[in-house]
Amino acid sequence: MEWNVWALGGIVVLGVATCTLALWGSRTARTTSDFLVARRWVGSERNAAAISGEYLSAASFLGIAGLVLKDGVDALWYPIGFTAGYLALMLFVAAPLRRSGAYTLPDFAEARLNSSRLRRVATVLVVVLGWLYLVPQLQAAGVTLATVTGMGYSGGVVVVAVIVFLGVLGGGVRAVTLVQAFQYWVKLFAITVPAFALCVVFLGDDALYRNGLTEPAPPVFERATTVRIETAVELRVTDPVWVRVTNGADHGVLQDGAVYVRPGVYPAHAGTELRFPAGSPVPVVADAEPSNASWARPEHGGASGLLETYSLIMATFLGTMGLPHVLVRFYTNPSGYHARRTTLFVLGMLGVFYLFPTIFGMLSRLYTPRLLVTGHTDAAVLLLPGAMLHNWVGGLLGAITAAGAFAAFLSTSFGLVMSVTGVLSSDVLPGQVRDFRVTVAVASVVPTLLALVLVERDISETVGLAFAMAASTFFPLLVLGIWWRGLTAAGAVSGLLTGSALVLSTLAPGLLLGDSTSWWAVLLRQPAVVTVPVAFLVTVLVSRATRGQVPADVSRVMLRMHAPDRLGFIRDRAVERFGQTGGADRRGRHRR
Amino acid sequence: MSASKDTGERAPRRKRVVLADRRGTREVPRTIMELEEQNSVGEAMVTHLMKAQLRGSLVLAGVTVAVFLALPLLFWSLPDFARATVFGIHLPWLILGVLPFPFMGLIGYLSVRWAERHEREFLHMVER
Repeated sequence: MEWNVWALGGIVVLGVATCTLALWGSRTARTTSDFLVARRWVGSERNAAAISGEYLSAASFLGIAGLVLKDGVDALWYPIGFTAGYLALMLFVAAPLRRSGAYTLPDFAEARLNSSRLRRVATVLVVVLGWLYLVPQLQAAGVTLATVTGMGYSGGVVVVAVIVFLGVLGGGVRAVTLVQAFQYWVKLFAITVPAFALCVVFLGDDALYRNGLTEPAPPVFERATTVRIETAVELRVTDPVWVRVTNGADHGVLQDGAVYVRPGVYPAHAGTELRFPAGSPVPVVADAEPSNASWARPEHGGASGLLETYSLIMATFLGTMGLPHVLVRFYTNPSGYHARRTTLFVLGMLGVFYLFPTIFGMLSRLYTPRLLVTGHTDAAVLLLPGAMLHNWVGGLLGAITAAGAFAAFLSTSFGLVMSVTGVLSSDVLPGQVRDFRVTVAVASVVPTLLALVLVERDISETVGLAFAMAASTFFPLLVLGIWWRGLTAAGAVSGLLTGSALVLSTLAPGLLLGDSTSWWAVLLRQPAVVTVPVAFLVTVLVSRATRGQVPADVSRVMLRMHAPDRLGFIRDRAVERFGQTGGADRRGRHRR
Repeated sequence: MSASKDTGERAPRRKRVVLADRRGTREVPRTIMELEEQNSVGEAMVTHLMKAQLRGSLVLAGVTVAVFLALPLLFWSLPDFARATVFGIHLPWLILGVLPFPFMGLIGYLSVRWAERHEREFLHMVER
């Protein structure tokens, strides 16, 4: 790929703005508590923008459009689930969790159940979950920088990792709150403006392609196109096509020269170049929808397709509340009331954003079908502006989407590194600022190495796994911990261990089985529909069996979590742990 | 971690309560003391509040889940419905791509209203 000066310019501008804001915001960060909880000065609107900014990851900005391009209308369950997760958070968790005064998930577990063993298990899980979610972000960064600069995958991973490391080291949450809020607006701008512009281009375009999306035929190359296969793929041909192959295979169908390819599935190895004449039907990677009509129709995959949809809905609905970078941000709300208000704002902000990736996905089916051949559908948002407009406007719009994508992995990685660091520094090392900075290094280096080693899959699907993990571990702990007096530490530990073991055990066979549509393959790919109920049941049953171990102070904890803010039972555990944070929070807390 | 363990083992019987947002400190209402001391009256009140809150949340979650679980089933069982178009846009794209977001916003708004109403009722009961 050639250097894309426009996109690189957009990324540089964004990087400079982010660093400036982070430095400016860190001027006043002094104490440990500043780093960890941002002094709880943050207003609901800005906090909501920060939460949304942190939450809209590469999966949202790039992944959804890529999946829509590939899988069609069924991919829309991803944005629905990503938003509905906040609804579940708001209905069952937000206000009581804030009032519990816990500043991380392990801290909540200990505050509720008085068990340091539970705290250790939760700590390990938070770190695993954070890393699991960080890896796809860094991978997406590598893919994006490779697409727009040609600097190579690992270069992109390292650049983003270094920026995140410096940003978190510089200022902790306080700076990050400012940066995150800024990045929400960057992302919204970067997706809406190009989406509107490209819609205008599309409506003014030749009517030839306008109806193409509903016909029972594959997408079509509107002009002669050369496609270079970067990683080995299986190509499905549904309409026979003439193609000129260079650097092809030694045997089989795709050998060098002009080839007439009949319907079927053919392997294409990395490095193969395929030249399609104008108007030829597009062969697609084996797991994509080959025909536009099936692409536009929901739920034609039969019962196992239905099962996959339900499993995805379950993972995303219930997983959001267990993501560590989401919960730590709720602590920056001054009260339970504000936590609820903030979540409502977040619902609105996410809803507005998620209208737009779909538009990119639909348009890219018409204008960048070559991504269906290479399988790199995650690059759709980055490449669509240039494919639709060949002048400087296309370049500028491409620069804007590249900057938005960059903002997406920066902000999510910031949040994840922060929360992993928060957990590590308060649970593994004593809470001193110096230790905190060492921990930042640990928290960001490990996933960077993982991202450099692992091969990239579809971003949204990898992230879906992190959601399944969060839903199968922390969802039972949080919901039962907040609403059920009978929960015991033994029950919570068994639930956490069962859920995480089940999800992790699906990892390896799920990758081996690949894209098969049998029941087992679906369950291994997206296990939440089984693992979440099992973990929940185990938690309840073990708690019942160890009924005698219900903590003695359960009533006091319940009172603190559910009593309205005005009664002043809220108690900040970080303040007790790390000392006072300043005058602002001196009101409304009872002392002993 | 030591802080909460300590309180679990030797909980102080009486505490000074500094109330939030109460202009001019009056005498602390007796019910709040009851809440703090966790006698049967206080505990019953908190349980009542929790039940009310949980019921509200479960109703709203139930509505949301019912709608979202019904949609794939509907598309699956009624292929004609899945193929319908409105103003040239495929109905499923409209139903899945646009409508869920205002719908979830509405549910969220209702949940805030209900939760705050339950808390007001609780406060009314406490400060009677």
